[in-house]
Amino acid sequence: MTEALKKTPLAEEHEKLGAKMVPFGGWYMPVQYTGLVEEHTAVREKAGLFDVSHMGEVRVTGKDAVAFVDHLTVNQVTKLVDGQAHYTAFCKPDGTVIDDLLVYRIGPEELLLVINAGNIDKDVAWIERHVGDFDVIVKNESNAIAQIAIQGPLAEEILQRICPEDLSQINYYWFVHTSIKGLPTLVSRTGYTGEDGFECYCSADHGVRLWNLLLETGREDGLIPAGLGARDTLRLEARMHLYGNDMDETTHILEAGLGWIVKLKNSPEFIGKEQIRAQKKAGLDRRLVGFEVKGRGIARQGYPIVHEDRDVGRVTSGTHSPTLKKAIGLGYVPLALTEPGTVFHVRIRNKLVEAEVVKGPFYKRA
Amino acid sequence: MYSGKNLYSKEHEWLSVDGDTALIGITHHAQDQLGDIVYVDLPDVDSEFEIGEEFGSVESVKAVAEVFMPIGGTIVEVNEDLEDSPEAVNKDPHGKGWLIKIKIADQSELEKLLSAEAYEAFVKEESK
Repeated sequence: MTEALKKTPLAEEHEKLGAKMVPFGGWYMPVQYTGLVEEHTAVREKAGLFDVSHMGEVRVTGKDAVAFVDHLTVNQVTKLVDGQAHYTAFCKPDGTVIDDLLVYRIGPEELLLVINAGNIDKDVAWIERHVGDFDVIVKNESNAIAQIAIQGPLAEEILQRICPEDLSQINYYWFVHTSIKGLPTLVSRTGYTGEDGFECYCSADHGVRLWNLLLETGREDGLIPAGLGARDTLRLEARMHLYGNDMDETTHILEAGLGWIVKLKNSPEFIGKEQIRAQKKAGLDRRLVGFEVKGRGIARQGYPIVHEDRDVGRVTSGTHSPTLKKAIGLGYVPLALTEPGTVFHVRIRNKLVEAEVVKGPFYKRA
Repeated sequence: MYSGKNLYSKEHEWLSVDGDTALIGITHHAQDQLGDIVYVDLPDVDSEFEIGEEFGSVESVKAVAEVFMPIGGTIVEVNEDLEDSPEAVNKDPHGKGWLIKIKIADQSELEKLLSAEAYEAFVKEESK
């Protein structure tokens, strides 16, 4: 590795906690602290704390902020009101995916875009390239902001002890600006685990204090730090996509099963709209499906999907699900194989292992 | 951590030799690197493998690791308990978490393996 890894403001805290640190998308990140399964289970049953400061934040301000981000993204920003956020994506004109992101509407002329760590440079260049005549200022604040996620059924109870806002009043995908023990923080009811929980954005300088404050506040409830390993198994159980695995610049947004975030009707023109509409009309050749492995073994990213002796697709994400205790995965298959109940095989190191298409999230919280 | 009675490979397997047979497993270091082990794939009894040949795999939630024969031999027994409790490889890698028992094909191959001391030094060097 020639380029130095980037560190979040919390890197030293992770080391103190005994985390196993690994390179991830150019960042020096904790993959696990005490153990992946223990951390995963804590989030499902109690609560877990994640450092997600590697994520990028781009602030777009100005008279045309809403119109500009509407032009860049597939979801409809004009539908958002102050204090509301949504999940969306940047597409290329051909409908392939540049990145998936959250858009927070801070005010009528201020939006915060939260993008993937590995895509920060690419996204910022893409955004800036399209400013043109839009009256906006684009500011990459990725290094100035720390992001900490508290996730799990006890997340609200724990965070409420140190947060003056009434958290029960914050609905899914809404947020508030508040002050946690004197630290100005944006708190949103969002996450990447399939559990209830919050994502807290504060100044990078305050990251360590917020992290330790949360850990101390929740310790007795069973809150533990959780690494990227658990984050990946949690998100996959909830069937949330990971950019770079499940979609990228070679996959069309409709193939990726993200049609639900694309607003084609009565919406402003956006980059990719024409092609997405055409694709919808023409129909798809393949689609991302979720599957459960029926035989023994774990399907992992890159393994071939085989049907009637032919390689027909590839696994894009796969793991052993700690909650369901079976192997699950996502992969692209021809349209004929996308119906729930369809059986195909995954080639796991020269063995063909049976897998079955399943609908919806693998895990859904009660 | 690493018993002086055993021999070790650079692929992070340990061997406990008893006459013309040897018990083989993965080392504490290997299981620690893998994390929570959820699945162990072992060969059939009576199958023969040469030194360096892959004989199975050990999978954790996050990764899969192939396991290689530290010396050549014939499988005389596999640890069937691991089918139901693969976590034994994490909990007791040098004991209950053993993988296979082999009949040694060529005793001279044992000379290629490392002592506990040499293995520990190798791990230290590798993780630098």
